[in-house]
Amino acid sequence: MNKLQNFRKNFNPTSIPLRKEMLTLSEEILKKNDFPTTKNEKWKYTRLGKLSRLSLEKSKDTSTIKKSSEKISEEAITIEIINGFVNTISDLPKGLIIKSLKDCSKKELAFLGENIHLENEVFHCLNSLYIQDGIYIEIEKDTKLKEEIHIVYNNLSINTFNPTRLYINSKSFSEANIVELFKSDGAENSFVNPVNEAVIHENAKLSITKIQNEEGNNFHIGSDTIYQKKDSFFKCNTITLKGQFIRNNIYVNINGTNCETHLNGAYLMDGKQHVDNQTKIDHFTPNCESHELYKGILDEKATAIFNGKVIVHPDAQKINAFQSNANVLISDDANVNSKPELEIYADDVKCSHGSTTGQLDENAIYYLRSRGISKRKAQAIVSQAFIKDVFSHIDSESSLSYIFKTLEKQHNWEFLD
Amino acid sequence: MAGYTEDELKEDLKQQDYKFGFVSDIESDKIQKGLNEDVIRLISSKKEEPNWLLEYRLKAFQIWKEMTEPNWAHIKYKKPEFQDIAYYSAPKQTKKYESWDDVDPEMKETMKKLGISMEEQKRLTGTAVDFVMDSVSVATSFKDKLNELGIIFCSFSEAVKEHPKLVKKYLGTVVPATDNFYAALNSAVFSDGSFCYIPKGVRCPMELSTYFRINEGGTGQFERTLVIADESSYVSYLEGCTAPQRDENQLHAAIVELIALDEAEIKYSTVQNWYPGDKNGVGGIYNFVTKRGMCHTRSKISWTQVETGSAITWKYPSCVLRGDYSIGEFYSVAVTNNYQQADTGSKMIHLGKGTKSTIISKGISSGKSHNSYRGLVQINKRAKNARNFTQCDSLLMTDTCGAHTFPYIECKNSSAQIEHEATTSKIGEDQLFYCQQRGLSEEKAIGLIVNGYCKEVLDKMPMEFAVEARKLLTLSLENSVG
Amino acid sequence: MLSIKNLHAKIEDKEILKGLNLEVKPGEVHAIMGPNGSGKSTLSSVIAGHEDYEITEGEIIYQGKLINEEAVEDRAREGIFLAFQYPIEIPGVSNINFLRAALNEIRQSKGEKDISAKEFMQRVRDKSKLVDLDQSLASRSVNEGFSGGEKKRNEIFQMAMLEPTLAILDETDSGLDIDALKVVAKGVNALKTKDNSTIVITHYQRLLDYIVPDFVHVLFDGKIVKSGDKSLALELEEKGYDWIKEINVPSL
Repeated sequence: MNKLQNFRKNFNPTSIPLRKEMLTLSEEILKKNDFPTTKNEKWKYTRLGKLSRLSLEKSKDTSTIKKSSEKISEEAITIEIINGFVNTISDLPKGLIIKSLKDCSKKELAFLGENIHLENEVFHCLNSLYIQDGIYIEIEKDTKLKEEIHIVYNNLSINTFNPTRLYINSKSFSEANIVELFKSDGAENSFVNPVNEAVIHENAKLSITKIQNEEGNNFHIGSDTIYQKKDSFFKCNTITLKGQFIRNNIYVNINGTNCETHLNGAYLMDGKQHVDNQTKIDHFTPNCESHELYKGILDEKATAIFNGKVIVHPDAQKINAFQSNANVLISDDANVNSKPELEIYADDVKCSHGSTTGQLDENAIYYLRSRGISKRKAQAIVSQAFIKDVFSHIDSESSLSYIFKTLEKQHNWEFLD
Repeated sequence: MAGYTEDELKEDLKQQDYKFGFVSDIESDKIQKGLNEDVIRLISSKKEEPNWLLEYRLKAFQIWKEMTEPNWAHIKYKKPEFQDIAYYSAPKQTKKYESWDDVDPEMKETMKKLGISMEEQKRLTGTAVDFVMDSVSVATSFKDKLNELGIIFCSFSEAVKEHPKLVKKYLGTVVPATDNFYAALNSAVFSDGSFCYIPKGVRCPMELSTYFRINEGGTGQFERTLVIADESSYVSYLEGCTAPQRDENQLHAAIVELIALDEAEIKYSTVQNWYPGDKNGVGGIYNFVTKRGMCHTRSKISWTQVETGSAITWKYPSCVLRGDYSIGEFYSVAVTNNYQQADTGSKMIHLGKGTKSTIISKGISSGKSHNSYRGLVQINKRAKNARNFTQCDSLLMTDTCGAHTFPYIECKNSSAQIEHEATTSKIGEDQLFYCQQRGLSEEKAIGLIVNGYCKEVLDKMPMEFAVEARKLLTLSLENSVG
Repeated sequence: MLSIKNLHAKIEDKEILKGLNLEVKPGEVHAIMGPNGSGKSTLSSVIAGHEDYEITEGEIIYQGKLINEEAVEDRAREGIFLAFQYPIEIPGVSNINFLRAALNEIRQSKGEKDISAKEFMQRVRDKSKLVDLDQSLASRSVNEGFSGGEKKRNEIFQMAMLEPTLAILDETDSGLDIDALKVVAKGVNALKTKDNSTIVITHYQRLLDYIVPDFVHVLFDGKIVKSGDKSLALELEEKGYDWIKEINVPSL
């Protein structure tokens, strides 16, 4: 029995009535495969050895436990998810539907998996087959949400597999700003596997900010698959503040003209932390633009991977696609692997990417120190200056202040502005 | 300002098709198709090789049998049928050439058509030429003059006989047989190639040049080049390639190994114009080549290539920057048209302190072709203060071609500085209009803009070679505007 | 020389020229003025033969020949020169190689022999003096890294080298300080003969102090709405373009 089959043996297929085809296909694919190895181009720099050897249990229903996690803001619409189970959903304004997958109609559930790839995506299959709960969000037509939606994922368990699913249905002309906070208070050896899907209909706007601040020795493999229709806007900011093993996959399919897509990321890692950001933007239609900006600072024995791929398909003319990855290495033991890729099959395009790896500006640090600032603080100031342009893409004030607070605590940063 | 003249360009523009597609009628000694141990023994005995080399070949063959053909490159093709290739083909020669006068007239004619008449080369440019037809080196010029300086420049077979110690010491040290599928194959069946040794402190006074030509049908070409630059020496090496027009796909799997010892410098320039196949993608050379240089302390290796030929190109001239403060450079122009596919780039492996590398890659895609840059910049733990700068630009001429960029950047040292930039864009319509407003035809305007776009790379080439490269660029892109 | 009759032209379905008439005789200097968006640059592009613009009606007759459908390079070879408002940068192509290629193409089209290297270099030296163009600029890439003033002077230098019959200067004065403006004007004036003509397109009157026009035309909404001598330019400067909008009558 290979490691994947061994991993699977403790779990039962989901009791949520998802689409049969998706479940059958997932089962088939899982049966034929094993965990990917570094020979698989997508997993070249991230080893799954440790994860694949874990013997995990399924997590127990926590929906009745009353446990209130840290919130980012009191004003936001907040959903709390504990160990993969929906715990609380706050009161909802007009034009917004949020419910547990357990409460969804068959019609709503039928949306799930429509745009997600299962082939070559073992973790999509595991998620589809074994989720115990998840959330369905629908922002109704013409609804421009004033409040932010905050989803707090808290992982408390030991030795469990916690898959969760989020489906976002952004209807035409709607606007929403979603913040996802990932925490793990007291969890150990657990594997969280959030799989998100979003369909952004014509003229709709969706922003997602992910804040990953996960304690303990846990594994996080998440993915977002986004389907953009014409004239739509999508932005995703992925801010990784802490995590022993984090893998983020973002797949954006742009299927309408005049779309705008922004993917931003910041990662500040130390210890033996590992973060792997994979992005893939498929431009199927003309006259769109996409921008990617990922920046990271790595200290001690931390490792970061950035693999960004932009594909401009035939006939997707007049595409502007820009991709940038910049890394600063503080310690000699830190590692970074950067792989920005372009695949272009149309001719009237402007695409570029850049990747830099270097150090903090020594002259700037020297200058600050000559004015009496300690070396550590000077480094912090210069680091902030380096990473700030990623933060400037975050629209949620409360998230920003949460990020600043965390950085102050974790890295003794002081934010000057 | 010197160099290419409008006249030359105009003359060339008249020629529409691949102009090196002729077949020379030269009798050849070709062994039967197929590959097994006996064939390898036969090649080795035909070449009267010492036992250690036969052992080397047989070991490589064992390794090859265990390997599978790589498929990670961004290319699609019918895999060669390895048992359907003749692994040895040599122009039949009754005796060894003592002088240029002994060379078969038909062979001389071939060289002339390729524009490398030996006499002329000798007279005009003072370039020493080694000519490799099918798999065998047939003529080397300028030997005496080089001998005086202690420079060895000869065919690989001759080097095995005359300088076995040097060959044994360095063969396979940069590209071991285990390196990859095609390297293993080459190590088992290589037939000939060029060998060059520059002694300590010697600056080679002329450019050394090898012309490779595939003439026979149904054969593969597996040549091997070994260049050793001893301490504080310098050599500039040129390589040119052509092949006749045939409907079949012919395999070319060569190995080039460069060794730059302490403070030595090697400049290796290639103009690759293997037959690219016809307009419908029929025929053409499969060019699967492993080129790598080993840089010792404070040495420098620079690769410059202009690639316009081959149906499929799979090559990554690389530098292993083992010595402290060594320098690796890669300058490349790759043009693909019709159904050509190229997956090419470079690898810079930084091992030593203060090592520096530069990669400048210019891809031009046209027709229905696919052109990919694939590169690796690896900074290892010990490589303190390493620097890399990479720039790869792609120019698209039609909406049916593809241009792709796959860089791998791996850094394990915090003092490294790595910069990678890439752009992909269409040929500038405003630039075309500007040139045309000044009276240039569209074709000419494209030639001019493309040559300008590639200038950084062409400037790195020795003058005579750059002229040839410029002409090739213009020729390869004819009728290519979408 | 040039005769434009009832010219209508559009770009991407937007009609910009709406029935323009212009008559230029050998030896004349015409100034075309008009507010932003009136169609000045479109007119120069259409005369030069830019393919993005489509002539929907009317004719452009140059040296007695209808050139509506002629390719841009053919017009250039017949002596039409456009000094670009925004000269294009062509990285890696030296100014001098570019010019030699252009000059020889023009000569070949007339059945003349290519210029000899010696004669060419002599001409480069002579003509670059005309516009105070630093010799080193001649060997740099076409317009790359040139300052705004250098680009404009380079345009006039190219004009001097190619000796056109009809030169169109498209906002050559924009972005120039007064000294640079004088240099450019000096170059243009030195190239003037009784056989060639110049069309100066400008927004401001000040250039016309140095390149004195025989005729001044005011372009508004795709048509020439008023023509006169150089005093018209002064009048425009004084009263502004609003004055034109007021007097804009369907036909003059």
